[in-house]
Amino acid sequence: MRETPLSNCEREFILKNISQQRRLDGRNAYDYRDLRIAFGVSLGCCHVELGKTRVLAQVSCEVGEPKQTRPHDGVLYVNVELSPMACPSFEQGRQSEEGIELSRLMERCLKESRCLDMESLCIVSGEKAWHVRVDIHVLNHEGNILDCASIAAISALAHFRRPDVSVNGEEITIHTLEERNPVPLSLHHMPLLVSFTFFSQGKYMLVDPSSKEEKVMEGKMVVGMNKHRELCTLQVTGQMLLLKDQVLRCSSIALTKVTKITELIHQALDNDKQARSKGEKHGFAVLVSGDKVTANRLPKIEVNVEKFEDSDEMDEGQSCSDDADAQNGIEELEMQTEAAPRESAVEILTKGVGVIGEGGASTWLDIPQENTKQQAAKKRRYKSVAMEEGIGS
Amino acid sequence: MASFTVVKKEDLDAELEKGPKCVLRGQTSDLGCLTRQDGSVSLSQGDTTSIAVVYGPAEVRINKEKIDRATVEVIYRPKIGLPRPNHRKQERIMRNTLEAAIAANLHPRSSISVVIQETEDLGSNLSCSINSACLALLDAAVSMNFMVASVTVAIKENSDMILDPTKRDETEAKSVLTYVFDSVNYQILTIVSCGKFSRSEHKKGLTLAREAAKSVFQFYRESMSKKLLMSE
Repeated sequence: MRETPLSNCEREFILKNISQQRRLDGRNAYDYRDLRIAFGVSLGCCHVELGKTRVLAQVSCEVGEPKQTRPHDGVLYVNVELSPMACPSFEQGRQSEEGIELSRLMERCLKESRCLDMESLCIVSGEKAWHVRVDIHVLNHEGNILDCASIAAISALAHFRRPDVSVNGEEITIHTLEERNPVPLSLHHMPLLVSFTFFSQGKYMLVDPSSKEEKVMEGKMVVGMNKHRELCTLQVTGQMLLLKDQVLRCSSIALTKVTKITELIHQALDNDKQARSKGEKHGFAVLVSGDKVTANRLPKIEVNVEKFEDSDEMDEGQSCSDDADAQNGIEELEMQTEAAPRESAVEILTKGVGVIGEGGASTWLDIPQENTKQQAAKKRRYKSVAMEEGIGS
Repeated sequence: MASFTVVKKEDLDAELEKGPKCVLRGQTSDLGCLTRQDGSVSLSQGDTTSIAVVYGPAEVRINKEKIDRATVEVIYRPKIGLPRPNHRKQERIMRNTLEAAIAANLHPRSSISVVIQETEDLGSNLSCSINSACLALLDAAVSMNFMVASVTVAIKENSDMILDPTKRDETEAKSVLTYVFDSVNYQILTIVSCGKFSRSEHKKGLTLAREAAKSVFQFYRESMSKKLLMSE
């Protein structure tokens, strides 16, 4: 599906707002959106929400041969996936220009900053080494995927544990997680990417652009930095020229952002560690709260075993007519799927339909009873009601 | 490539004590958790979680266009590495199942695409994927003939049944059966089996799964009516 372009009207509106120091979501120019970091049950699985942008990162490893040019080092792969999941304009299986830029920047951030100690991944020099892979899945694209992905990737690397290995002469043993505690990867530092967008020839600058702001921006600068004030990556793209002051200002802003985010990552890691050591529930399933209107929770259910013993015996007795039954079943099913829309009566549930949000009762869509029946009859002709039937009953 | 989960000794012992398990693990759903799609849901069954999104009915590519019905596309995305043949197989199973459920003839020459991202696979992953796809379709308000619910049953060596098995149960079991039922008469839509099993074991699993599927449907209904703010 093609991406809907931004209308001229919208474009001008956004630009005008930016020139008046305002943003659509009410943030200040240098504000990040809310950041949430969560870890999964499996090791090295991290889920980051930056506003509505969501990224999932998973680290995995296997034993393989090291590269011939670097026999004492392990291997790190970084893979960024822009699937149609995130946004309808991303295509499956084909890397877009945007995707390639993203994955290159992520590689530069993680590999070329040497944040991961590669030598510790070597098992036997020139023969066996750990191959570590970071898969980054973009789940929702609401702007600034890059920052979100870099946070997810580095948190996942910090969260990951690999199985312990012992070498005894020629023999290599990979210990299972039950035998020996898994070991963390040795991370020297945590490089993070911070992107800045520029408007009107570099006159205005915004941190953490939303997807609409990304569409109207003139250029972008990405600063990769760790909390020790060390620059790892610097990239400028777009049709604009920058002053030296701007670059220096960006790097000092990046530093404050990076310090704050690194702190947050450490806090999230600590929380997860504590939950694990206490044996509390952890992982994504716990995060869903039942308080929201859109979220629902079902406790575990014991399925009635007694009943199934009975029906089992009965089924055994009938087993000779099995095939015929199955055949009938399929036919029946087909009939039902065809007939279902016509048979069922439309029910308009006036109760609650007029409510918007969680607040008090509004009755603006409360249709009088007489009309309801007429409308129902009308609707029946046009609309398949299989779904309503499913929900309503 | 592999990722790992740590299983504690105490947990294992506690699990072993419980004996044959006919318990459907707790489920949570979050409808409309993403913003760019027509329908989205994040579903968890126990610790297994997946996110499904739906686009459609929308514009279809000419070579995939069908004159009389909507084209149903399913994309499954594994968490680790690129999609492999077994994932393609899973996509096909899900597509065939969903094609039956979606009232595709209402939207000729359009596409309904479902994308499912595995976020945590700790047993009964196929079931979780199918269920999340169905909830996402409901969230996107795509017309359907019926809803679908999938339940996995693992059969142990001593022909004990484990409902909604965990990853560990699945590896230890002699066979794993995944059933998909429709919401009208709880008839079978799809069976995916792996490993050996006898006819009576299959029957037993089927009745167990069918009973469990009813509570899955109830969960769908609760989730949807909560979202639409309808009182039961």
